[in-house]
Amino acid sequence: MSTALQNLVNQPYQHGFVTDIEADVAPKGLSEATIRLISGKKNEPEWLLELRLNAYRQWLKMEEPLWPNVKYPKIDFQAISYYSAPRPKKTLNSMDEVDPELLRTFEKLGVPMNERAKLAGVAVDVIFDSVSVATTYKAKLAEVGIIFCSISEAVREHPELVRKYLGSVVPVGDNYYAALNSAVFTDGSFCFIPKGVKCPMDLSTYFRINTENTGQFERTLIVAEEGASVSYLEGCTAPKFDTNQLHAAVVELVALDDADIKYSTVQNWYAGDENGLGGIYNFVTKRGLCKGVNSRISWTQVETGSAITWKYPSCVLRGDNSVGEFYSVALTNHYQQADTGTKMIHLGKNTRSTIVSKGISAGHSNNSYRGLVRIAPTAAGARNYSQCDSMLIGERCGANTFPYIQVNNPSAKVEHEASTSKIGEDQLFYFAQRGVGAEEAVSMIINGFCKDVFQQLPMEFAVEATRLLGLKLEGSVG
Amino acid sequence: MIYQDSKTLLTVRGLHATVSGVEILKGMDLTVKSGEVHAIMGPNGSGKSTFAKVLAGHPAYQVGGGEVIFEGDNLLDLAPEARARAGVFLGFQYPIEIPGVANSQFLRLAYNTVQTGRGKDELDPLEFDDFVREKMKLLEMNPDFLDRSVNEGFSGGEKKRNEILQMALLEPKLAILDETDSGLDIDALRIVANGVNRLAHKDNAIVLVTHYQRLLNYIVPDYVHVMDSGRIVKTGGKELALELEARGYDWVGAESKASAGAST
Repeated sequence: MSTALQNLVNQPYQHGFVTDIEADVAPKGLSEATIRLISGKKNEPEWLLELRLNAYRQWLKMEEPLWPNVKYPKIDFQAISYYSAPRPKKTLNSMDEVDPELLRTFEKLGVPMNERAKLAGVAVDVIFDSVSVATTYKAKLAEVGIIFCSISEAVREHPELVRKYLGSVVPVGDNYYAALNSAVFTDGSFCFIPKGVKCPMDLSTYFRINTENTGQFERTLIVAEEGASVSYLEGCTAPKFDTNQLHAAVVELVALDDADIKYSTVQNWYAGDENGLGGIYNFVTKRGLCKGVNSRISWTQVETGSAITWKYPSCVLRGDNSVGEFYSVALTNHYQQADTGTKMIHLGKNTRSTIVSKGISAGHSNNSYRGLVRIAPTAAGARNYSQCDSMLIGERCGANTFPYIQVNNPSAKVEHEASTSKIGEDQLFYFAQRGVGAEEAVSMIINGFCKDVFQQLPMEFAVEATRLLGLKLEGSVG
Repeated sequence: MIYQDSKTLLTVRGLHATVSGVEILKGMDLTVKSGEVHAIMGPNGSGKSTFAKVLAGHPAYQVGGGEVIFEGDNLLDLAPEARARAGVFLGFQYPIEIPGVANSQFLRLAYNTVQTGRGKDELDPLEFDDFVREKMKLLEMNPDFLDRSVNEGFSGGEKKRNEILQMALLEPKLAILDETDSGLDIDALRIVANGVNRLAHKDNAIVLVTHYQRLLNYIVPDYVHVMDSGRIVKTGGKELALELEARGYDWVGAESKASAGAST
C-alpha cells in the first residue's frame, strides 16, 4: 500500500479528550445491590426495579455469545462501574444551568446546541456517561404533543407509556447484552410521537463516555402512533483510554399503523490506537417493530469507531404491507473488528425489506456482514432485496459476508447480491496520472462506493459521515 | 511535425528500470521536441509499455539509472500526480474501471486539479458540463458517457475514446499513448486518430506506443523508433514503419546485435 494511502487511513482520533468534570461513580461490580443502588438513585417505581432484577436473574443464567466473528479477552463484568454521573446532579431547567465545562466539551464535539441547535433546527438530548444532561427544544415539541426527554424523566412523567412499551420489542431476556442493559441501564432517550403528528424537526441524541472503566448502558425507546412520523439521529464519541470500555445499549422502536420511523446513527466511538490498544466494545441491540399496517422503519448507520462492533439493527415486520430498511456503511481500520448487519423478520402479508450494506476494511481490521432474512409462513407476498458490498484497502484486512435466508412461504421473493472490490495501486495510479493525489482519489472512490447509503442520511449527518470517512462531498452543486 | 524553432521537451538518457526485480529498460535514449510525433514500435516484451509507465511514474517500476529531463526539470524527482500537472499524459493501454464514480465527477476533479496546479481557474460543475460536452463532440461521444461510472462496462473503443477525451481536457505538453489502437475497430480507430490529430500542435508532442503500422496511417509520425531488449535500436522516418510491416522485427534485432558486436 502506498504511503499516502496509509497516512490517509491512519488519521488520529479527533475526540480523544477527557473532560475534567467531577463524576459521581458507583463502585465497580455487578450484583442485585448495584441494581438497587441505580434504581434508588433514580427514585424509580417498583415495577422498573422488578424489570431490572428479572433481567439480571436471566442474565446470570445466560452465556456470553461466541458466534460473532470477533476476538477479545473475556470481559470481567465485576471490574466495570455501572453508574457514572457528572456532579453536581440537579434538575436542569435550561441550557444555562449546564456545567460550562460540559458545554465546552460539546462544542469540541460539534454538537449542535443553544443557538446552533436553533439554527440547525435539531432538538438534542445529550447523554454524558450515563445521565441525560439536557434536552433542547422540549417545550416547542410539546406544543404538538411530542414527548422528547430522557428515559429517566419519562419514567417519572409518563410511566404508563414507558411501562407499556419498554421491553416490548427487545424482551429483557432477549440476548446476553440486552439482558445486561435491561438490568443496569442508567439513562437514554424517550420519544413519543402521538397519532397523526409529523415531527417538525429531526430529533438528535449525542452519547459520550467520559469516565474510564465505566460501562455505558443507555436505553432508547421511540414510539410513533398511528400516522405519526419522525427522523431520529444518534451520534457517539468517547475519549481515548488504554483500557477497553463496554457500551451495551438497547434501542427499541415501535411503529403503529401508517407510522414512519427513520433512525440514523453516525458512530464514532474511540476505536483503540493503531496497535489495537483500548477502544470501545460496542455490543448493541437495536430493533424496530412495525406493529401496524403500512408502517415503515428505516435504519441508516455509519459505523466508523469502536474496537469491536456487534450490532444488528433489525425490523420485525408484523403489520401487513409494512416496510423495513437497513442502510449501512461500516469502516474498520487498524485492529478494529466489526460483525454487523441486520435481521428482517417478515410476519405480515406483502411486507417488504431492503438491505444495503457497504463494508470498508483497511489496516489489519476485520469486517463481517451478518444478516438474517426470515419469511414466516404467514408472510404471503413478502419481498426482500439485499445488497452486500465489501471494499478492501491494503493487503492485511479481511471482509466476510454471512447471509442467512429462511423462506417459509412459497410466494415470497428474496434477492441477494454481493460483491468485493479493492482499492489497488492501479486505481490510485490512474487518478495520479490525471493529477489527483491519493487522498482525494480514495475519497472519491469511497464516496462512490457509499453513495447509496449516504443518500439516505439527513443532510447534516451525511456531511459528518463524509468528513468522518476522510472524504470530501461529491460535486458542489445543491 | 518538425518545426525549425522547436524546443526540446523531453530528454531521456541511459534509462534503466526494473519491475519485480527484472530489468526491462536497459539504457533507453530518446529526445522529443515540441511539435513532433514519435512512434515507438517493437516486438512484445521489448519494453515499450514499461517505458511509458516509467515516464508517468508507475509505483511498481523502479528506476535503476539514467535521467529523464522534462522541460529542464528532472522528471524522476516528481510524484506521478506532479508529473501529470506538469503536462505529462499517459493514455492507458488498459484504462482502469472505477465503480460508483461518475465519469463527469472524475473528469472534473482531474481537470480542476490540473488547472489549479498550473495556476489557472477551476470550473464549477455547470461550466465544466458545457466545456466537456464541447470536447466530447471531437470524439463523437454520446453524452451519456458522463453519467456512467468511470470505464465500468465500457467497450474497448469507448475506453480509448475516454482516454483521448481526458487528453483533450488536460491539454498535456507530452502525450504518451500506450497502444491506443489496440481493441479498436476501423471506425473507432479513425475517430480516435482524428481526435489526436486535432489535439496536436506546435507546442506539444505525442509519443505513440504501438505494435502495428495501421495507426500510423492516420497519425503520421515524424520519427519511428524500434525498441528491442529495453532500448531503442533503430530510428527512422515514417517509411520505417512500412518496412517493419513488410519485414517484421527480426532483421532490426539482428542488425543491432551485429553492430553492437562490431563496436566491441
